[in-house]
Amino acid sequence: MSEIFSKSMARNIYFGGSAFFIFLFLGLTWHTVKVLPETDNSAALTEEVILGKKVWEDNNCIGCHTLLGEGAYFAPELGNVYKRFGNSTEAIKGFIKSRPVNGIPGRRSMPQFNLSEEELNAIAEFLKYSSEIDTSNWPPNIQG
Amino acid sequence: MINTLKYQSQAVAKPYFIAAIGLFVGQVLFGLIMGLQYVWGDFLFPEIPFNVARMVHTNLLIVWLLFGFMGAAYYLVPEESQRELHSPKLAIALFWVFLAAGVLTIIGYLSVPYATLAQITGNEFLPTMGREFLEQPTITKIGIVIVALGLLYNLAMTILPGRKTVVNVVLMTGLIGLAVFFLFSFYNPDNLVKDKYFWWWVVHLWVEGVWELILGSILAYVLIKTTGIDREVVDKWLYVIIAMSFITGIIGTGHHYFWIGTAEYWQPLGSIFSALEPIPFFMMTLLAFGAVGKRKRDHPNKATVLWALGTGVMSFLGAGVWGFLHTLAPVNYFTHGTQITAAHGHMAFYGAYVMIVITIISYAMPFLRGTGNAANRRAQFTEMWSFWLMTISMVFITLFLTGAGILQVWLQRFDDGQPFMVVQDKIAAFYWLREAAGVVFLIGLIVYIISFFVKSKEPAEA
Repeated sequence: MSEIFSKSMARNIYFGGSAFFIFLFLGLTWHTVKVLPETDNSAALTEEVILGKKVWEDNNCIGCHTLLGEGAYFAPELGNVYKRFGNSTEAIKGFIKSRPVNGIPGRRSMPQFNLSEEELNAIAEFLKYSSEIDTSNWPPNIQG
Repeated sequence: MINTLKYQSQAVAKPYFIAAIGLFVGQVLFGLIMGLQYVWGDFLFPEIPFNVARMVHTNLLIVWLLFGFMGAAYYLVPEESQRELHSPKLAIALFWVFLAAGVLTIIGYLSVPYATLAQITGNEFLPTMGREFLEQPTITKIGIVIVALGLLYNLAMTILPGRKTVVNVVLMTGLIGLAVFFLFSFYNPDNLVKDKYFWWWVVHLWVEGVWELILGSILAYVLIKTTGIDREVVDKWLYVIIAMSFITGIIGTGHHYFWIGTAEYWQPLGSIFSALEPIPFFMMTLLAFGAVGKRKRDHPNKATVLWALGTGVMSFLGAGVWGFLHTLAPVNYFTHGTQITAAHGHMAFYGAYVMIVITIISYAMPFLRGTGNAANRRAQFTEMWSFWLMTISMVFITLFLTGAGILQVWLQRFDDGQPFMVVQDKIAAFYWLREAAGVVFLIGLIVYIISFFVKSKEPAEA
């Protein structure tokens, strides 16, 4: 890069390019948030679902599982677990409740979280809500 | 008084670098625990379940890289600004605050169930916990903000009255961006889609945005010092590199908005712009090799030059090539949330951020220890061994995880697919190989630490 391309030109590309794309990103964000209700299933955000998200976070579920593909890759995707478990919140609750305290010899096992009935209902409703978000047809199949 | 330091206040960088290396060891040990849990499911269960080991692994990485960035800033800003640091005392006080916050948080993760930690730290008042990489208790997050603000104040008060170079201004911009985007970790809406959308403003806009400014400026500084390349030339490159980082990386955030319930135009937008994200990394590779190839002096610290070149190559491979592999929406549809992501994450973090921190440590440590402008030849030889051990083992970790990921996608994601755990059993061989490569990485890290204590056999010079 010789004198033809000067330092001030390089600086201008940096300032101009950054400013342009920051504003474009802010504009796109404004629009994305505006049209979010069409896809985000926020109509289903009941008090119970909101409590469920809290239970999800307080027990660090994302530390092993993915949710809509984000998280850890140690345990199954849970964004569609409600559907995988036959559209049943009871099946989800049953699975969480049945985890052995000391694990399964030699195998991966979910810890026993000792959730209350209220928390169990909430986490199951949260996972049902998550499964009904319009994710552009992801995951490719029921296995997640 | 340290004779080898131009500005005595640069010495505050030393504890930052030592803490960074110490926490790096912890990070790798917990990585090995996790790797083993992948194939030996009940290893350390229920004492250290996988999610706890993973929090420790990823959080230690973030904390030690931040220690490295801060140490780098305290080391190079006085020299670039041509004046002493505004307040060395503040820098040392913030060091202890940050170390205490980091260590207490890790102890919290390991000693009580996460739900208990959330309860005793009052997560209900301002719930920010339980999201990937942002698992720290809210009080720790507040501590991080205080440390960042103190750092920015200290650096600004040094740079503003001093010489302003492209290097220190770009570094400062990157650190300000780091602090600003971290504030989004306090925003945790009930709406899961909105939560995920803005969560990426911390995670993506850090590592594929403002952190690249920090990376670029540290690399530029080290190249100026070790090769004698003209500042004018480096400045020009640095501006173009960070321009490309923002031009590609900001809209490139869209590659995280394909499948989380956001508008579908992010699929073309995210694909196109993130496909261009390798460009700034490739330019860093060109800059590093160009500067070393046309060097005006042979700096005695050969190990630093090796690390700088390694950063150029490995960040391009890890962040650039391995990122591109799964960034296009039609590909990502099948690879999203598999071991492919893990493969990319490992090489990208190592190649870009781990290596640049080691580069600046390698450059600065001989000055900070008062031993001259380079370690002795035997020490450098040992350090270069650690470079190859860690770098090659990381290449293999990445290749094995990529193999695991390809098989996982094939078996689990096509047609009706097989259940997650069935597939995990079938790809266990790759996990064993990855664990073996991880052990070599730990050996490399131990060799790296040993290199600081290797004495010269030659008689001491007067």
